[in-house]
Amino acid sequence: MPDYTLRVNGVSRTVRTDADTPLLYVLRNDLEMNGAKFGCGLAQCGACTVHIDGRAARSCVTPVSSLAGKNVTTLEGIGTLDKLHPLQKAFLDEQAAQCGYCTNGMIMSAKALLDANPKPTEAQIKTALAGNLCRCGSHNRIVRAVQRAASAANVAKGA
Amino acid sequence: MTTTTLSRRKFLKQSGVIVASFSLAGPAAIAQQARAPLPGGLNNNRMLDGWIRINANGRVTIHTGKCEIGQGILTALAQIAADELDVAYERIDMVSADTARTPDEGMTAGSLSVEGSGTALRFACAEVRGMLLAAAAQKLNIAVDKLSVADGAISASPTRLTYWDLAKDLNLKREATAVAKPKPASQHKVIGKSMPRRDFPAKVSGGAAFVQDMRLPGMVFGRVVRPPSYRAQLVSVDEAAAKAMPGVVAVMRDGSFIAVAAEREEQAIKAAQALRASAKWNETPDLSPSGAALYEHLKKMPSRDSVIKSVTPVNASGGKVTSVEAEYTRPFQAHGSIGPSCAVAQLKDGKYTVWTHSQGVFPLRTDLAKALKTPIANVTCTHVESSGCYGHNGADDAACDAALLARATNGRPVKLQWMREDEFGWEPFGSAMVIKMQAQLDEAKNIVNWQHETWSHPHSTRPTSNPAGSFVLGGWHLADPVPAAVPNNSPQPSGAADRNAVPLYDFPRQNILLHYLTDMPVRTSALRTLGAYANVFALESFIDEAALAAGVDPVEFRLRHMKNPRARAVIELAAQKSNWKPNSKGNGAGNESKGRGIAFAQYKNLACYCAVVADVTVDRAGNVKVTRAVSTVDAGLAVNPDGIINQIEGGIIQSASWTLKEQVKFDRQRITTRSWADYPIFTFNDVPAVEVHIINMPNERSLGVGEGSQGPTVAAIANAIANATGKRARDLPFTAEKIRQLTA
Ligand code: FES
Ligand code: FES
Repeated sequence: MPDYTLRVNGVSRTVRTDADTPLLYVLRNDLEMNGAKFGCGLAQCGACTVHIDGRAARSCVTPVSSLAGKNVTTLEGIGTLDKLHPLQKAFLDEQAAQCGYCTNGMIMSAKALLDANPKPTEAQIKTALAGNLCRCGSHNRIVRAVQRAASAANVAKGA
Repeated sequence: MTTTTLSRRKFLKQSGVIVASFSLAGPAAIAQQARAPLPGGLNNNRMLDGWIRINANGRVTIHTGKCEIGQGILTALAQIAADELDVAYERIDMVSADTARTPDEGMTAGSLSVEGSGTALRFACAEVRGMLLAAAAQKLNIAVDKLSVADGAISASPTRLTYWDLAKDLNLKREATAVAKPKPASQHKVIGKSMPRRDFPAKVSGGAAFVQDMRLPGMVFGRVVRPPSYRAQLVSVDEAAAKAMPGVVAVMRDGSFIAVAAEREEQAIKAAQALRASAKWNETPDLSPSGAALYEHLKKMPSRDSVIKSVTPVNASGGKVTSVEAEYTRPFQAHGSIGPSCAVAQLKDGKYTVWTHSQGVFPLRTDLAKALKTPIANVTCTHVESSGCYGHNGADDAACDAALLARATNGRPVKLQWMREDEFGWEPFGSAMVIKMQAQLDEAKNIVNWQHETWSHPHSTRPTSNPAGSFVLGGWHLADPVPAAVPNNSPQPSGAADRNAVPLYDFPRQNILLHYLTDMPVRTSALRTLGAYANVFALESFIDEAALAAGVDPVEFRLRHMKNPRARAVIELAAQKSNWKPNSKGNGAGNESKGRGIAFAQYKNLACYCAVVADVTVDRAGNVKVTRAVSTVDAGLAVNPDGIINQIEGGIIQSASWTLKEQVKFDRQRITTRSWADYPIFTFNDVPAVEVHIINMPNERSLGVGEGSQGPTVAAIANAIANATGKRARDLPFTAEKIRQLTA
């Protein structure tokens, strides 16, 4: 098995695995990260969402061999318990989950949206998250959390 | 247990008395009879130290047999313990659902956890608080009523003692007496507050929160290779080729059960794919027909028939009556957990340890022991969270798969997760159902006769549903199989297939009938609300149909027939909060017709009272959109108001998704729903705005809410569609195609 070196949350990591191994398993098993979740392995649910060079991507269908020279960002990389990202904080403030299995995908997809569009409308938020499934029915709370994070960030920026 | 079994013709004729179909006393209850009954879960788990530990380090450990399944139960129970013990909420640690460590509280299901475990903890904590105060009084040589306590510090000026000082000598190895009274609502500090969920910080930041996140030293990864159809028999499979694949640690074949373990997860997946590709099976087309033919088929299947309730008025009024009747249908529907089922298992020195997201670790242990053919004492099951399950999904089966595979991994722990296709293909679905409703209105336009007749497969085939069988899938496929047995329908008042078939309305003549279809060509079990979703759909749609026949506004018509004051209150508040206008009509078929509907249920006729008002739009193509839902709920004493809102709101959205979109597909041989592409559910653009209004009843006991809103939601949507279009949708789900045909 070949070695692959990838940058995850700003740190260079080398893993030995097959070329077609999905990034999801590298993150979860080699790098022991919990953020990205296995939901379908078919790019249908969004539970496994990470960022690759700042864009939301589905790690369950991203082969590790495609990541040379790219930056991978995971839920762990955007904030920590002591220093939560505004989206993480907003999800707590809005209690925007029930089981929380979809939460990783929701936050990472929302971050990609806010990075590109810091003041999205409600409709834009819903459209941006439409590919992320939540079975618990936490959708409205999730939308409110994204709105809260957006206005917090905009207040911070003085926008 | 006694059930009344009659031929269909006979029970249609039967009338005159209320038939008490079932005795509530199971074997456990009979064994307990010698001792005084204790409240809630204390009755079956009577030792105080089984529930509570006061630790010298200033922490309190609370044990509960219930588990977190995304409903926030551990947060609510910690709130209860903090208030009853008079300690800060932050001091409480929760240990949940572990066959080695916690009380056996059966299943975490039926919206019973706050009632069962919460009630137990209220009494047990009040008692322990009393014991601590008594111990302090004795030490300080002062009367108990001179003492006060705050956050575990007992004050009696000038001295001070804490629970933590007293912990060493406190003996909780004794039975609870339930003599100490829990606090009245006026003294609650944490109960009644919307406390944030304890489990969320880890979940938003990538902490280990789920069984999928477990990593044990030496752990390998497992996958199972299920047959292509339920009763397929394995003829041959190329085990040797799979064994030779990179990283493969073990290939296990026993009868038609195949599983594989590998060093790396993707290696296990590849090996499972290779095994599946080489496997040859014997299959027979033995599933029910699908589509409209399914419902005719259900009505012809062999059934156990029973009269659930029959009431005949003493003074039946004569006079002219108007009759109405209608038939409602619901397809098989899936739990569709976002995270496929998963378990970690290890076999060491003949003992199995299983980490599982089963809703019932004790029942699971019993059935696992059967499937593994080992004494129960050799199996330990510990609950670890997973994605929301909404009832009996693949959790227990994945636990069995992992345990069977652990036999082949030489003591190494194995984490086995189902693939998406395993979950859709093998989870037990919510049963398809047919419900025939008949009613008669007298000249005053009141309902005088009501009949509700349900055809349904079983709604609980969970572990231990029938002690004669085992209900974990892996065991069924072994060379020496451990099969399931036919489960009994749970008795009223909660019922299962007949859940909520008995109306809460005061109809003078009632006949509630069940045809329980024990053959299960398609595997079924508990999906959130069991039969209540479809029974309330039928009941609350039909009462609207009767209201229409009577020419009376649906809110007024409901209130006319409802004496229960708490039921009336949620209906009235829902009408008020939604700005309900009597006799308002939708604008009929148009580019976008608008309509509004209401529905009500008290879940199980025992748990929370909930009313939902739904607003819908229906376009020319038949697309229904639920734009808004206003709901009201009376859950007695509200322990965590935001938790209640979250459950009711989530239930509305999930039920609306079932109602408009969901239906499991199959041909005569195989389940063909295998991925989200085959089973669309609500996404963000489908979701209505939701309002939840709580009627807090601080002096009433807490009532479960986890399944309160699904029944009212489906019927409110059906009623709103009828209001919008003038046409009645009775066949779930309400897809655009069906609504287009209906309104054409
Ligand atoms: S797990 Fe990647 S999209 Fe579902
Ligand atoms: S919170 Fe459970 S799937 Fe979204």
